[in-house]
Amino acid sequence: MNAVLAIALVAVAVVATLVVLTRDNPAQTIVLAFYGLVLSVLLVLLQAPAVALSQIVVGAVAVPMIVLLVLAKSRGAE
Amino acid sequence: MSERSRRLVFVVSALGFGALLLWGMAGLPDFGLHESAYARLLDSTTVARRHVTDVVTATVFDYRGIDTLGEEFLLFTAAVGAILLLREQRGEVDRPPDDEGLGRVAVPMSAAVRFVGVALIGPVVVVGTSLVAHGHLSPGGGFQGGVALAATPFLAYLIGEFRALDRSTPWPLVETSEALGAAGYVALGILGLVAGVAYLENVLPLGSAGSLASGGTILALDVAAGLAVCGAVVVLLREFLHQTLIVRRQSADGRPAR
Repeated sequence: MNAVLAIALVAVAVVATLVVLTRDNPAQTIVLAFYGLVLSVLLVLLQAPAVALSQIVVGAVAVPMIVLLVLAKSRGAE
Repeated sequence: MSERSRRLVFVVSALGFGALLLWGMAGLPDFGLHESAYARLLDSTTVARRHVTDVVTATVFDYRGIDTLGEEFLLFTAAVGAILLLREQRGEVDRPPDDEGLGRVAVPMSAAVRFVGVALIGPVVVVGTSLVAHGHLSPGGGFQGGVALAATPFLAYLIGEFRALDRSTPWPLVETSEALGAAGYVALGILGLVAGVAYLENVLPLGSAGSLASGGTILALDVAAGLAVCGAVVVLLREFLHQTLIVRRQSADGRPAR
């Protein structure tokens, strides 16, 4: 395992922990999107560019967008 | 169920799950050794047999085309389900979107967000189209490109108002593209049956490997998936946005409640 890969693996673990530790929902969504990006970098390093692209569009765009919309809806109902 | 029996059920199933997980992980190949016999076979034969340079796309739209058919209809069903569930129901009324409601001043959009939003729309369209069109040549394909293309109407929403998004997006075209993409995938599969071979078998001319027009049904299925995915994601997000911003439960006096 080379150094870059080790850094990427540690970064994924650190950002994933940050997602859990961020308790404020809208902020957590942004951290979750950032986690999606970090994970996609790891996938590129592991020579899986096709999976990395799916990870970017789903993990960094689609899921955070849907979560933010749900948050907006549930706040409106309060 | 009491607190104690619930904890017992959890501990037993967690232990069982953990044991199975460890057992399965012990049998995995070493980190970085990812060349299975199947991968080696596909790597060595795909370019010669299917005339495409991206083995992943060949696997998705040819060797495993029937699995992708299921995946595509999964998204299609999700979009249709969202349309059905989020339609305006009895006791719900439309009200003006938050950003133009009575007595509300829309948060002024900063010039930076507007600039970045406008500047991004063109490149996102180009990247999305390129991902779909080159799915058989380089990483990417209908799924990733379709979602990228679907992001453009929401960039328009980001820099404007919901009404602007609603008016500027050709909804019949979006819904038609979703339906055409899904139906086209099925129809391309039937092409195999017409030619007298298996469903979804690659029967179109393969062209020369590395050129844009190559891969036979792989490219055609890739474009069909791109259309279906783009349409489905736009429809899904539109339904969510509409539900979030417009529809409100009717209160007793008939006025929309907050």
